[in-house]
Amino acid sequence: MKVSVQSDDFDLSTEVIDISMNTRTGAVASFVGVVRDIPMTLEHYPGMTENAIKKIVEEARTRWQVLDYAVIHRYGDLQPGDQIVLVAIASSHRADAFAACQFIMDYLKTQAPFWKKEHHPEGARWVNALEADDEAAARWKSLKQPQRLVQK
Amino acid sequence: MKVKVLLFANLRERIGQSVEVVDIPDSASTVAGLRIHLMQRGGAWQEILSDMKVVRVAVNHDMAAANAPLNPGDEVAFFPPVTGG
Repeated sequence: MKVSVQSDDFDLSTEVIDISMNTRTGAVASFVGVVRDIPMTLEHYPGMTENAIKKIVEEARTRWQVLDYAVIHRYGDLQPGDQIVLVAIASSHRADAFAACQFIMDYLKTQAPFWKKEHHPEGARWVNALEADDEAAARWKSLKQPQRLVQK
Repeated sequence: MKVKVLLFANLRERIGQSVEVVDIPDSASTVAGLRIHLMQRGGAWQEILSDMKVVRVAVNHDMAAANAPLNPGDEVAFFPPVTGG
């Protein structure tokens, strides 16, 4: 059970091992976000950002079985190829692990206070929020709550 | 009454500071009241808060609507829509 907002990098395999200790665990799904070709600086709101992520995780846990999790988001200066964000979910079955992982990423992108500033050759500019991200988060609302996917 | 105003991202850059303790009249003790109070300073303050479609507000680390009440010592943050992940 880990939520961390940090400037340091993270190691996927270490985090996956750490959340796989429960003997009921049969599936671990993870997502890693990576900086594309533009260097960036990520700003956050210390205190609120951690709380916002915890609330998103708790919402996911009302919908799906989550035995353990690690959510890590970096801030500060990041270069192309750097890891930005990790969401890793341990569950008994893959359907819950996949769904909770995607739900947390979709909500994190629209609810957690982070702001990206891209450093282009012609100058720096703040990234505008995407309507597509709002739509990705909104489609979860149409699911009946709490939603449990059928296990095979 | 005094509240702590925080700014982030482009709003912080436009104003040139990230935090300020603001004394507002008791009659302005909502998010909307604080916004109008700050806009009356004119200049960059009026510009950054004029279009609330591109501004989000949090009170004490929770997202807040315009009619949310404010109490002495509250931390009120103004920032653009988020772009993490």
